[in-house]
Amino acid sequence: MTYYSGVSFKRSLDIQFRVIGALLMREVITRYGRHNIGFLWLFLEPMIFTGGVATLWTLLGQSHGADLPVAAFALTGYSCVLLFRNMPNRCSSAIGPNLALMYHRNVKPIDIYLARILLEIAGTTASFFVLGCIFTAIGMTEPPDDILKIMCGWLMIAWFGSGLALLIGALSERSELVEKIWHPISYLIFPLSGVAFMVHWLPLASQKYIILMPTIHGIELLREGYFGPSIHAQYDMSYMAIVNLCLTFLGLYQVRVISKTVMSQ
Amino acid sequence: MIELSNVSKSYQLRDGGFNKVLNQVNLQIVPGEKIGILGRNGAGKSTLVRLISGAELPTSGKVSRTMSVSWPLAFGGGFQGSLTGLDNLRFVCRVYGINSEEKIPFVQEFSELGKYFKEPVKTYSSGMCARLAFAISMAIEFDCYLIDEVTAVGDARFHAKCQYELFEKRRDRSLIMVSHDAHNIRQHCTRACVVNQGSLHVFDDVDTAYEFYTANAALQ
Repeated sequence: MTYYSGVSFKRSLDIQFRVIGALLMREVITRYGRHNIGFLWLFLEPMIFTGGVATLWTLLGQSHGADLPVAAFALTGYSCVLLFRNMPNRCSSAIGPNLALMYHRNVKPIDIYLARILLEIAGTTASFFVLGCIFTAIGMTEPPDDILKIMCGWLMIAWFGSGLALLIGALSERSELVEKIWHPISYLIFPLSGVAFMVHWLPLASQKYIILMPTIHGIELLREGYFGPSIHAQYDMSYMAIVNLCLTFLGLYQVRVISKTVMSQ
Repeated sequence: MIELSNVSKSYQLRDGGFNKVLNQVNLQIVPGEKIGILGRNGAGKSTLVRLISGAELPTSGKVSRTMSVSWPLAFGGGFQGSLTGLDNLRFVCRVYGINSEEKIPFVQEFSELGKYFKEPVKTYSSGMCARLAFAISMAIEFDCYLIDEVTAVGDARFHAKCQYELFEKRRDRSLIMVSHDAHNIRQHCTRACVVNQGSLHVFDDVDTAYEFYTANAALQ
């Protein structure tokens, strides 16, 4: 009797899904534990953050100077930031705590990154969805205008975050400097990412520079979907797609580089 | 069959240089064969086992496997400390596509962990870790088992249990066993090889290998 089942694309795909599934469960248990509400923290954590900011903005009034509903503006902005910023944060130095698991041949760095990325997407998406429903139900916002556009914008931002996460994650294994530099950068890009403004509020002179920031296009599209076409959103999704493609390519390439040198414990 | 052809492995050092642990190593293991690997501390035995298992990739050369090969069974590597013993079992079962619920009674009983089975692994003693490691690795069937000094696990009674599981119940499987102690290898293996200064010397019987080992490797 043999326990060897050969090599085929389908079997490799099965293994990949199995390993990512196992790592997902491991992440959920170690991050959230089985105490109190357990894995519900996955989306309660971002919900508290976004909900808190939205409430704060509402109480402080129209500080951003436009006639858009403040709560919904904060909701759309902060949810997006959490989406693309948490993934790289979670992926930087992600291999260390999992080194022991790489004793198993089929557990590779890419699986660890993908598991963390998927978990982060699931958490922030659930948080965005639940908060959107709550805000609409209690009358803090109107129902969204075009859900398909929201989903497109959201997916593009998730793709951007995933590519960035692979790149930052892999580079952080090559040099400790990367994690140290990434942290301030992640805070610096925050005011530039389009969270707290619409492009057309800015002076024309600065608009052409700010639209180089890829996340802006996703957020503008998402906001057009939320508030309707009257808000003068400006976006170029093909530009964002090209940036995302480049990031993903660089990220996958770097993950491949580190996969050859990572040592199990 | 497992086949290593012209496998080399070097590690990068902090000063920019390389430490070549294995140089152009060739080895074939056929189904059912039991082979010992001798070598002194730091000779590259564990590196060789990790390359065979696929946990690490060779710098050059090729490792091909047409049998299912276990992970290196050692004193407790392969565990995530903040997970419980049970969670670790579930993780390993998921990775290898095995239903974990069927395996829980066996692992719980065999590892003799009692209530600690549901406590985090980081609270275990080294003996408990080793028992869990051995029990989990026996929960999943392989064609070839890689054993890295694992036979030093636990007390005499537990030792006997391990011997029975591995060498009696699974006597039809292949075995690759690493040790710096020739006694174990003589007891369980039909042939042996010696890792010495980056090269692998393959011998047809354990005694010749051991003579070579004492004459060369052990003295340096």
